[in-house]
Amino acid sequence: MTSSTLAIEGISVETARHGSPLVLVDNVSLILGAGEVLALVGANGSGKSLTCAASLDVLPPGTRMTSGSVSIDGSVLQRSMLRARHIATIMQNPRSAFNPVRTMQEHARETLSALGIPKAEGDQRILQAIRASGLDEPERLLRLHSFEMSGGMLQRMMIALALATEAPFLFADEPTTDLDLIVQREILDLLDHLKRERRLGILLVTHDMGVVAKLADRVAVMDGGRIVETAPVADIFLAPRHVTTQRLVEAHLSLYNLSGVAA
Amino acid sequence: MNLLEARGVSKAYRTFSLVGATKAKPVLNDISMQIAAGETVALLGRSGCGKSTLARLLVGLERPDGGDILFGERSLTSLDKAGWRNLRKTVQMVFQDPLGAVNARSTVKDIIAEPLNYLCGLTGQAAAERVRDLLSSVGLNWAEANKFPHQLSGGQLQRVCIARALAPDPKLIILDEAVSNLDLHLQIQMLDLFEELRRTKNVSYLFVTHDLRLVEKFCVRVLVMDQGRIVEETPVSGSLAFSSAEGRALSAAVLPPMPRQLLAAGS
Repeated sequence: MTSSTLAIEGISVETARHGSPLVLVDNVSLILGAGEVLALVGANGSGKSLTCAASLDVLPPGTRMTSGSVSIDGSVLQRSMLRARHIATIMQNPRSAFNPVRTMQEHARETLSALGIPKAEGDQRILQAIRASGLDEPERLLRLHSFEMSGGMLQRMMIALALATEAPFLFADEPTTDLDLIVQREILDLLDHLKRERRLGILLVTHDMGVVAKLADRVAVMDGGRIVETAPVADIFLAPRHVTTQRLVEAHLSLYNLSGVAA
Repeated sequence: MNLLEARGVSKAYRTFSLVGATKAKPVLNDISMQIAAGETVALLGRSGCGKSTLARLLVGLERPDGGDILFGERSLTSLDKAGWRNLRKTVQMVFQDPLGAVNARSTVKDIIAEPLNYLCGLTGQAAAERVRDLLSSVGLNWAEANKFPHQLSGGQLQRVCIARALAPDPKLIILDEAVSNLDLHLQIQMLDLFEELRRTKNVSYLFVTHDLRLVEKFCVRVLVMDQGRIVEETPVSGSLAFSSAEGRALSAAVLPPMPRQLLAAGS
């Protein structure tokens, strides 16, 4: 499948608090190209994950989408049909994403049979995808349960499942936040490699500007449910325009004892 | 004088199931280290290297299989009730997972007041005032004092745990990945608070982490652990240079401050 542009347009999400509506995501639009990493950054509670959830029609109970659409290469698609077909997802805590009483093989078969892929073809695909995710001995791994694997292995397994769907886009929601530094680097290198080799378009949700610096091509900054700035990654670091962006970059650079370049 | 010292400490865990016990898996192997008054020491290593286990042994939450932990001059095994009380008052710990570290049925106020009562004999109005000061020192409002843990965000609750650790005026605080789940500006705010306490009250810290950026910013000495051993000990001066393979691997994994194209351009 070769899709070149994913467009999220005018997404708004609200919830009810004490009987009156409260806007959580306010008219958010994002464009993600093939072979590109777009970072969606912002503080906890700024609406990053809700934007992703609304785009995939998996909003949590109590919230609802009031406007917006998602299109691929110009044609608007039913959002519930995007998952795994067009957009794969990996999340922060890979351990909670697996059913502890099922093997990796069962997870893989469930994912691929949901897409209508014949079992024999699916089994081939998953073996290749596991190797492409940097894991050795895929046949042995497929017999394991999630509690028999480390956090880093599980996140690679999540990526393998995402690759096996052959979806052209990937939503990665804080993919390395729970992993240690060395494993984080390996996973980020893997995502970078997949972007280059497979032209995967990645929406990277994070609050860590170090992850942004390592991986992103463009950055969208969210604050209070709105996108306040979208710019190429170099501009975000060198000349942040919005005060939220300036604060994020400044706090990040102070960790390295560097001061902000921008005034 | 050393506040806490580990002498040749080792620890192994085994798991038990219906079919019997597994072979003991060594987690710590002949570890020796000291923390002096007013010192900030980092304990650095990847997941599973044994750093949290060492922290738990140091405060007497678990006993070593071999070797000894000394509090001042005395072995933890020889402490009487008053000795343990003194240890608890002198050495406090903040854990990685704040929800698991508090009683879900206590309010924030009661959580922080508990060590004031048991360790300092402070109750009533005096305790309430101290709780108010502690909350404000970690950037929380009095409005949070009557809330329960589940009503707070992870970052707020972690700061409650930090306030509780500060409550008995400890001389050493062990921070087990205690700031890594906070937003960046909160991490920096907490580090500034710790630094101020070090300056004004000579508080020491053992900073258990895998984030080298925080080590460079905050610590004077760093211990690198790998597979249950301390493989390197080095003073922190300016930017860190490691000689051990593990230290170098951790240092190579630090995320870049700026995008590659900007670093390459020399800006």
